[in-house]
Amino acid sequence: MALEKITQVSGCGVFVPGDDIDTDRIIPARFMKCVTFDGLGEFAFADAKLAEKAAGRLHALDDSRFNGATILISGSNFGCGSSREHAPQALYRYGFRAIIAESFAEIFFGNSTTLGIPCVKMSKNDIADLAALIEKNPSIQVTIDLTESKVTTDDVDFAAEFSLPGHAREPLMNGRWDSIADLVDGLEDVKTRVATIPYLSC
Amino acid sequence: MGKTLLDKVWEEHTVRTLPDGRTQLLIGTHLIHEVTSPQAFGMVRDLGLKVLYPNRTFATVDHIVPTDQRAEPFSDPLADAMVKELRKNCAESGVTFFDLPSGNQGIVHIVGPEQGITQPGTTIACGDSHTSTHGAFGAIAFGIGTSQVRDVLATQTMAIGKPKVRRINVDGKLAPGVYSKDVILHIIRHLGVNGGIGYAYEFAGSTFDAFTQEERMTVCNMSIEGGARVGYVNPDETTFEYLRGRPYSPKGAEWDAAVARWKAVASDKDAVYDDIVNFKAEAILPTITWGITPGQAIFIDEAIPNPDDLPEKDRATAHEAIEHMKLTAGTPAIGIKIDVAFLGSCTNGRLSDLQEVAKHIRGRKVASHVKAIVVPGSQGVASVAEKMGLAEIFREAGFEWRGAGCSMCLGMNPDKLVGDQLCASSSNRNFKGRQGSPTGRTMLMSPIMVAAAALTGEVSDARKVFGIH
Repeated sequence: MALEKITQVSGCGVFVPGDDIDTDRIIPARFMKCVTFDGLGEFAFADAKLAEKAAGRLHALDDSRFNGATILISGSNFGCGSSREHAPQALYRYGFRAIIAESFAEIFFGNSTTLGIPCVKMSKNDIADLAALIEKNPSIQVTIDLTESKVTTDDVDFAAEFSLPGHAREPLMNGRWDSIADLVDGLEDVKTRVATIPYLSC
Repeated sequence: MGKTLLDKVWEEHTVRTLPDGRTQLLIGTHLIHEVTSPQAFGMVRDLGLKVLYPNRTFATVDHIVPTDQRAEPFSDPLADAMVKELRKNCAESGVTFFDLPSGNQGIVHIVGPEQGITQPGTTIACGDSHTSTHGAFGAIAFGIGTSQVRDVLATQTMAIGKPKVRRINVDGKLAPGVYSKDVILHIIRHLGVNGGIGYAYEFAGSTFDAFTQEERMTVCNMSIEGGARVGYVNPDETTFEYLRGRPYSPKGAEWDAAVARWKAVASDKDAVYDDIVNFKAEAILPTITWGITPGQAIFIDEAIPNPDDLPEKDRATAHEAIEHMKLTAGTPAIGIKIDVAFLGSCTNGRLSDLQEVAKHIRGRKVASHVKAIVVPGSQGVASVAEKMGLAEIFREAGFEWRGAGCSMCLGMNPDKLVGDQLCASSSNRNFKGRQGSPTGRTMLMSPIMVAAAALTGEVSDARKVFGIH
């Protein structure tokens, strides 16, 4: 299965502040009553947007200055909670192609990588600096370079290192981020292994 | 050098190392439900693949089923379509389906154990983060996304890196009125909601040795709330006794062989751990959450914390929590008025949870302003509870006795909070909007504490309400 080799993601960014942003927040459960992922994009952060409106504030995704952002930036433990793949599916369909955060919950990280969405970890200070640059100039181009492990911007001298484990980086860069092809390649070994395990072979 | 249970199970189920360094891990048992599987079946079809081992996947419906009006078609056409889709997918692929009319339907993490499908030394995956529950049997059980459900359907394997293992010892005897729910809330409070990222949690110590199988399930269930995708307890006689005679448990000579294997899979005495953390059971008191993450927890006699008194890294979320929960920092937790009491979920919807509460509420009444519902975790639990007279005790006390499902743990079925109602809940997540209303408020606690709140109409110390000494 030929997939795009993801070595770099460039685009405008949007900062959604907060730690422990869970997948219920990213896509509330009522929108999961569906048998396909199509159409989930418009519901990304649906209730968080409503809550901000009710409090007389504007959620970053409702702020027209950040329309068209393709890189989502947030705090620590992003994507915690439910294993719902609907969360990264909704973000992808909304238009996001990469996420920068202080840290990621494990299941969300894996689900996102499988969809070809790099989730890169950057320090709190660098995230604050990047968020400030975007706030000042929303059209600034943010580039995530997987080869160099660096996030840069086009108009000012911003460069920050990020971390991305090799087991995610290599598949993204080699166009093998969806593991199904590799798993199918191993099917003969699967059958051999099944035959050796008592509870499966009897 | 000794091995952990995780080491042994991993070794036995490793098919090969993938080019990216992860393991192609054989998943012995695959559990599916209506919400995260339909897209996966679609993907399998689109790829021209088929379900490789249909006899190793088991299905049920739980998230979207109504718990009161259960006749089909459901009033919600989307929910109705999801059940029909699962029914069709199971029929076409030959997967066993514990369907609504079977008498065996229920929350997937309750059905697996009660059927004897969940067994020690196995690998289990399910498109639901609370799959960690099954670790209570000494299984390595993962919550997975839908693309991985596809992977398991098509190849019976998935790509995953081997986690590190943190052993969490809890030693000693819990005080009366303190339950396994308090133990896991206490652990998460101290290790953090992200402390377990990259780890499997091995729960051990004399407190766990003394726990029943159902108490162990409550703890393992919430491993993921501490960031650990996997949580497990080494299997022992308690585990084997629970499994004996269940529909899918091994029988006859196979039983003896299985028990021998299960004993051998437990962590070796000299196993090496990546980290070890110790807790004392006597130091744990009834625990409740006050905020919007399961780590924002306090003992029942503590006050709502002042965010500015917390470590710097916790302050922003704490401020957000105080605002959402409409609480005042520094005020006691006891006395906070509740609107709804929810007893159920894959965390605390088992027979022993209902028995413990029924024992204490007999002859008492739910406060007039509180809506209180009891949702057995499975039709099996409901049926036994009804035969034992528990349903009647709950009804007489003013609880609604419902049919099995996920109910008010998450907002995917008609059981939802309305507006900013505050719910005393035996479930696992207090996230903003989790219980179906964007402004709804959740306080997590043990079933007995939910019952105490239901009767008094406010957050209460169950030990005082029920005279538990």
